[in-house]
Amino acid sequence: MRTPDAHAIVARLPELVNADGALVRRGARLTTSFLLAVDDVEFLIHVVAGRLHAVEQGPLLLRSWSFAVRATAESWARFWQPLPAPGYHDLFAMKKLGVARVEGDLWPLMAHLRYVKDVLAAPRRARLAG
Amino acid sequence: MVGRYLHLDLGGRPHRVYFEEAGEGWPLVCLHTAGADGRQFRHLMTDRDVTRHWRVVAFDMPRHGKSLPPAGWQDEDYRLTTDAYVELILAFCGALALERPVVLGCSIGGKIVLELALRAPERFRALIGLEAAAYQTPWYDDTSWLHRPDVHGGELCSALMSGLIAPQAPAEARWETLWMYAQGGPGVFRGDLHFYRAEGNLRDRVGRIETARCPLYLLTGEYDFSCTPDDTRETAARIRGARLTIMKELGHFPMSEHPQRFREYLLPVLEEIRGARSA
Repeated sequence: MRTPDAHAIVARLPELVNADGALVRRGARLTTSFLLAVDDVEFLIHVVAGRLHAVEQGPLLLRSWSFAVRATAESWARFWQPLPAPGYHDLFAMKKLGVARVEGDLWPLMAHLRYVKDVLAAPRRARLAG
Repeated sequence: MVGRYLHLDLGGRPHRVYFEEAGEGWPLVCLHTAGADGRQFRHLMTDRDVTRHWRVVAFDMPRHGKSLPPAGWQDEDYRLTTDAYVELILAFCGALALERPVVLGCSIGGKIVLELALRAPERFRALIGLEAAAYQTPWYDDTSWLHRPDVHGGELCSALMSGLIAPQAPAEARWETLWMYAQGGPGVFRGDLHFYRAEGNLRDRVGRIETARCPLYLLTGEYDFSCTPDDTRETAARIRGARLTIMKELGHFPMSEHPQRFREYLLPVLEEIRGARSA
């Protein structure tokens, strides 16, 4: 996958997440801004009561975020495949493989882990990268 | 399938342990994963190709499933130890008078199988370790996430374990597997992992396992990133005679996440053990 495709997919996250009623309901207790990085390009993702309010593409200069997940465009592309290969099928699998990093305040991530995992995997379910 | 309770003295304390069984034949004792319970083996217990040759028995470890914790649990910081786990397995087999059963264990159950092979090979007909290795590189270093008042332990355990299931798993089986994790008691999964993490490095000892005394089979799913295929390969390479299988389209919970796929790998192993028995 070319890098701009990964950027376009991240930009479509609000549309994918907000159309999924069960996912929004699961995240109803979460309001935070987290960072998703594709290579060196950072996206600030604003979650308000389970809905993705906005996605801002960096550069981000003086911005706060709770937690960050970082991986290369190639890794995200593999992660979003409809049938991902072993190691690319889960955020923590990618982390153990050494192709993803998780940083910052992990409490919102851990307390809402299924929600965040499902947000990150929304492009896979929508088959955007297949 | 029949469920019953029995009473065991473990660590000098009385315990009431729940177990289920199905089938007739040589006993096949099944050990569930950390933080889960014996329901993981319910598909094995309803598989006629298994139960017509095997008496399949699975217990819930104390604090898991329908086995209550021992009296006094409320003030304890639960930590599973190797010795306590071995004691439990031997006491359970003794209470049911199981003669040289085959023991099949998954994850922590797979690791304790290695310990059984070291400590008491003469007591078992064969040992089967699923998702088992002498050592795994950890993918977490702070298990306190699993037991704290501001994170729902069941939701977190379930969400963490979801990543260890292969994407090919049927949805119903996947979510049933995760439901068991969501049902775990407070701190139980974390306490089980103590055995896995703090006492779970057997690399220097597994080379002493004698498969001539007790055959050892190791089966690991390709999507398991907790106990990876490479982890199990390295373990198998240290044990002369160990039989290794890497299972396609399976993760860390083969018997419950995708029973149909798993039986394709398990049935030949069980047949081989049966054949060796009659030979």
